[in-house]
Amino acid sequence: MTLLRQYILPRIVQWIFVIFVGVSITFLIPRLSPINPVDNMMGRLTSFQSMNPEATVAMRETLLDLYGLDGSIFDQYLSFWGRLFQGDLGPSFQNFPTPVTDIISSGIWWTVGLLGTSILISWVLGIILGSLAGYFPRALWAQALEKAVITIYPIPYYILAFVLLMLFTFYIPAFPLVGGARGEPGFTWEYISSILYFGFLPALSIILGGTAFRFIMAKALAGTELSSDYVQYAELAAVPKRKILIFYVIRNTMLPQVTDLALSLGTIFGGALITEIVYGYPGLGYVLYNAINSGDYNIIMGITLLSIVGIATASLFVDLIYPVLDPRVRLR
Amino acid sequence: MLTNLRDLLRYSPSFRYGSIILLIAAILVILSFFSPYEPDDRRAVPRNEPPGSEFILGTTSTGQDVFWMLTFGVRNTLMIAGVAVLIGRGIGVVLGMLSGYIGGIFDRIVSSIVDSVIVIPRLPLLILIAAIMRGNMSILTLGILIGILDWAYPSKRYRAQVLSLRERDFTHTAVFSGMSSWKIVIQEHLPFIIPFLLADVVSGFLFAIGTEVTLAILGLSDLDTQSIGSMIYWGDYYNALFSHQEWVLLAPIIASIVIVVGFYLVSIGLSDYLDPRKRLLRLQTKD
Repeated sequence: MTLLRQYILPRIVQWIFVIFVGVSITFLIPRLSPINPVDNMMGRLTSFQSMNPEATVAMRETLLDLYGLDGSIFDQYLSFWGRLFQGDLGPSFQNFPTPVTDIISSGIWWTVGLLGTSILISWVLGIILGSLAGYFPRALWAQALEKAVITIYPIPYYILAFVLLMLFTFYIPAFPLVGGARGEPGFTWEYISSILYFGFLPALSIILGGTAFRFIMAKALAGTELSSDYVQYAELAAVPKRKILIFYVIRNTMLPQVTDLALSLGTIFGGALITEIVYGYPGLGYVLYNAINSGDYNIIMGITLLSIVGIATASLFVDLIYPVLDPRVRLR
Repeated sequence: MLTNLRDLLRYSPSFRYGSIILLIAAILVILSFFSPYEPDDRRAVPRNEPPGSEFILGTTSTGQDVFWMLTFGVRNTLMIAGVAVLIGRGIGVVLGMLSGYIGGIFDRIVSSIVDSVIVIPRLPLLILIAAIMRGNMSILTLGILIGILDWAYPSKRYRAQVLSLRERDFTHTAVFSGMSSWKIVIQEHLPFIIPFLLADVVSGFLFAIGTEVTLAILGLSDLDTQSIGSMIYWGDYYNALFSHQEWVLLAPIIASIVIVVGFYLVSIGLSDYLDPRKRLLRLQTKD
């Protein structure tokens, strides 16, 4: 019971608080924007025909009502939370009246598929390579690998993605420029192979950056393990090197790595904004970027809400699972 | 301080190479003050010249000299990053150290605010604000904007640093021997915080440069001012790739990569130096 009261409950309260504050801030900021979605829509509707002033005013009011933008900001805020608890994120302004939930659910699987796969691959790859390089720091290949990683890691992600795009679609036209897949969706070889083909470059760019980060982390962690007493004892006792690496070094570095994996997986729902813009990939990030440019508050709100909940829940999950993974926290 | 610098240059190859790269960047910045053309002078030179003896890095399709553009670009990008780092670390250091030292209810409030801010996705927010301010963005406001969004993580790190310093034996010794709190902070703790701050400032530069480049390429920053990002944006805009004038794009891309790698090498050198275990290792190899 004390565990529940002193450990679990404060974290759940924190989780609720964090989501509340985050959502409130993202509610407020687009409303300070001079991009007015109602005027945008009016502009589009009246660009083909002229209307008399009364009809224009009436239409403006109807649109304000439909968009949920009438009343003061505080009224909008209250009704926003009210609708949110019913699972209603409102309609998209740009593609009225498609509900935001439909637009999000059409993009989310692209993002989850792309990011989930590439985060997992770079996690495994980074840990293996980083721990090996940390365990054999004098080896030639380890030093060459580290130099490569040190060069790749600080490069702004946009530049990395852009250079890959330049190399593999322009100079060597091996991969497509935009899109997510080709053909009719279904469980056919053609469709699935086209998903892999279209997703290869975006995934490669994420994996390169992600592996570099994971490599540095794994190498640093392995370095601290190497100077620990039990590893030095095992080496003196002539335990096979492979065994030391896997059961003494990597196993002890897993705790922070698992924590970090959960947090990275939590960021998936924000979408891979830059990746999807550069490669024209039809996921959440691309939807979000278009929504920002057209002042589509409801979509912006929906996606940021999703990503805040994703990250907050992932860190709550990490906190809750920590006592299971780490006996030291449990004892305290 | 000077002996520290000499030690670093002598024993840490990554710090040495990083400093050389940053020195080159600094030379580019200084050169920008002696540019023969104004930064946005169009048709100052013949158009579409490839790199050669007369124009070291070639010229653009609007008749600008890429080399001199780059000097301005590097200067402005570093200025944006400098403002961002100053603001971000300023808020972060003050909040983090205050909540570490004061503790109690103040610490709890600040910590939950920091935790909430960390959760808010930064890049979408930044793009959103930049889109709102499109056209009214100067390099100063861009720097301030990036800084305002980059204080939560540093503040958390400084708080942790202060908390661990407070528990160290020498702090207890100082307290029990009647040293005043201010004296402890300034004389005993600051020497630990300052090197940490230096490494942190460098990583702040990495974030700010990356963000500047990203926002500019998306067309959301001040595109009339030369910066590394806006050079890539205009190179892209005038189809430098498809008309095979790669040098227009390659110059800023390579410059950005080289500069961030330089900063990163310096930060590796610094943090190796800060790590007491590595310091012992260095002492051993010196003999």
